[in-house]
Amino acid sequence: MSSLEIRNLHVAIGEKPIVKGLSLTINPGEVHAIMGPNGTGKSTLAKAIAGHPDYTITQGDVLLGGKSILEQEPDERARAGIFLAFQYPSEIPGVSIANFLRAAVQARMGEGEELDATAYYKRLYQKMDLLKIDRKFTSRSVNEGFSGGEKKRCEILQMAMLEPRFALMDETDSGLDIDALRIVAEGVNTLRGPGLGVMLITHYQRLLEHIVPDFVHVMYDGRIVKSGDKSLALELESRGYDWVKQELAVA
Amino acid sequence: MKTPTDLETEPAVDVAENPALGIDQAAGDFSYDVSYAYDAGVGLNENTVRYISSVKKEAPWILDFRLNALKTFLAKPLPTHWATRDLENVEFDKIRYYLSQGQKPKRTWDEVPDDIKKTFERLGVPEQERKFLAGVEAQFDSEAAYSNIKDIVAKQGVIFLNSTAALREHPEIFRKFFGKVIPTGDNKFSALNSAVFSGGSFIYVPKGVKVAQPLQAYFRINAENFGQFERTLIIADEGSEVTYMEGCTAPKFSTSTLHSAVVELVALKGAKIQYITVQNWAPNVFNLVTKRGVAHEDAEIKWIDCNIGSRLTMKYPGVVLKGRRARGEVISIALANDGQHQDTGAKMIHAADETTSTIISKSISVGQGRATYRGQVHMGKHLKNCKNNTECDALLINTNSRTDTYPAITVRGDTHAVQHEASVSKVNEEQIFYMQQRGLTEAQAMSLAVNGFVNDLVRQFPMEYSVELKRLIDLEMEGSVG
Repeated sequence: MSSLEIRNLHVAIGEKPIVKGLSLTINPGEVHAIMGPNGTGKSTLAKAIAGHPDYTITQGDVLLGGKSILEQEPDERARAGIFLAFQYPSEIPGVSIANFLRAAVQARMGEGEELDATAYYKRLYQKMDLLKIDRKFTSRSVNEGFSGGEKKRCEILQMAMLEPRFALMDETDSGLDIDALRIVAEGVNTLRGPGLGVMLITHYQRLLEHIVPDFVHVMYDGRIVKSGDKSLALELESRGYDWVKQELAVA
Repeated sequence: MKTPTDLETEPAVDVAENPALGIDQAAGDFSYDVSYAYDAGVGLNENTVRYISSVKKEAPWILDFRLNALKTFLAKPLPTHWATRDLENVEFDKIRYYLSQGQKPKRTWDEVPDDIKKTFERLGVPEQERKFLAGVEAQFDSEAAYSNIKDIVAKQGVIFLNSTAALREHPEIFRKFFGKVIPTGDNKFSALNSAVFSGGSFIYVPKGVKVAQPLQAYFRINAENFGQFERTLIIADEGSEVTYMEGCTAPKFSTSTLHSAVVELVALKGAKIQYITVQNWAPNVFNLVTKRGVAHEDAEIKWIDCNIGSRLTMKYPGVVLKGRRARGEVISIALANDGQHQDTGAKMIHAADETTSTIISKSISVGQGRATYRGQVHMGKHLKNCKNNTECDALLINTNSRTDTYPAITVRGDTHAVQHEASVSKVNEEQIFYMQQRGLTEAQAMSLAVNGFVNDLVRQFPMEYSVELKRLIDLEMEGSVG
């Protein structure tokens, strides 16, 4: 089976180690929630897997379907099926969502293969209907002047269109309002299925009231320190992250 | 014709499948070994000018005009006190000033000599003509090889000829307006053009006639060490409307090539002229062009000027707003790649009350490329209620790219309104990573960012041109990512 396998991963920003030996395997169809206090390396983990140039992998490996992706450019990893839903997605002035997605879909086709525009728009509109997104939305420039909720909607739509094998959802931001939270939750629940593995990074338990994870991992100081099922999230909510820190200190 | 704004609302139109307009420099980088029947030789003196004039069998007044212009050209210094010193590298005595196979253009492609026909076929010109043009003028080095106008347009009294033929066939109209908008002594290069001009378009649109489809000229340089000096004159009579488009390419030679055109537009009362240029020169071309129009009462002149390629381009399309309520507009897009300098901009001379002008300039500097905006807006003290709006935006792709803005705005009188906005932005690493994360290569991501930057302007182009421009940007960006 093709899984996303993170093996003893160490990631540094400049000289500073952030992720310090993290291992995790995500199989298709599974939703893994990664929780943890701020500054513990959750976003770093996601960006490093996606290949952000500012993050250096100093040790360990990331395998997709048994093959290391670390030598691949970010766009190769994306085309291989890794999707990163950004915490702060960039604006691309003058490029409409429809044209942006079209370029992304075209980029996945073979050399000399031409995208069928009619089929593309048909599929786009299907996905928009599925996610209850207004048709007018895709003529707007990507993320330009978007509210927090609109940015999330844009990310979810891209994910729906690009049909990744693994989605890394970086939702760590505490600034997610109820609206944005709902959009992300509904989107993930709609797209959830046997072909999609999800790594859901979240700071708060409240997102997990809407997306029920198969596994919950607690990340602290660059490592996973505790894993369990959805009840772990509830336990965290009632006892706080200090509980994990204390347990660690005792161990 | 579909406008580009239809793209979003009519998804069934696949823009990517539209034909190229032949201004792709990569596709244009070829030349044929043509034997020229007429060759003025290398270098410039009185004999060169006399030779050109005699080959064309010109009237004596034209020869006099040329000889006077030659004197002006030789007397004028290069404008290096304000312009780049790279101008000093133009070797005027090593250039060939006139090359042709004959002076009479053919009316059908079948009659065009083989190599020349093949050239234009490779550039896709005959195909575009069938698809969406009202008339085509295809110039190969010094003279038009092909010239045709659709019957339906000709029957309305529209004249569309090359300048050589127009001087012979319509001297009365030509002479009345020729050299009046841009006098010989305007600058050193307008003087040079006036001495050795050959080819270019002459258009006359009679009163009230609205030409529905664009007229197109295609300028092709084939020979090495050559100078192309076309001369275009467009007269839109009262209440008429016309759109003219020009595309230009040249093969990539190791030595420099000179393109120095003069374009004069006259929009009489209530007339509208839209002049669209998309040029994609090889990186050895000095492109030094003077373009200006006069807009009479209630008339409108709009320049859309896209400059890609060349070693150095200096071009500032202008409008003299001569009649009351005349309108002028310049939309300029320039892309300066490594080793290139795009010195472009606009001039708006307000010479009557209630005249309005708009300048929108967008430049992109890639690698060591340099983009310069130069603008001139002038409003006199005796005038009332003139308006200008200038916006110039620059996009830098790399940290070592360069952009400069030199706006010169002179406003006298107290009832005018002038607005100037400028911005510089950079494509940042996060943007590129974001796009790469969606599967686009680095080059595709940069190209998309650049296309987005100019998108609001490109939307105003006829669709064929907007598609072509997008493709040209893609090609430029592909080559610029290491």
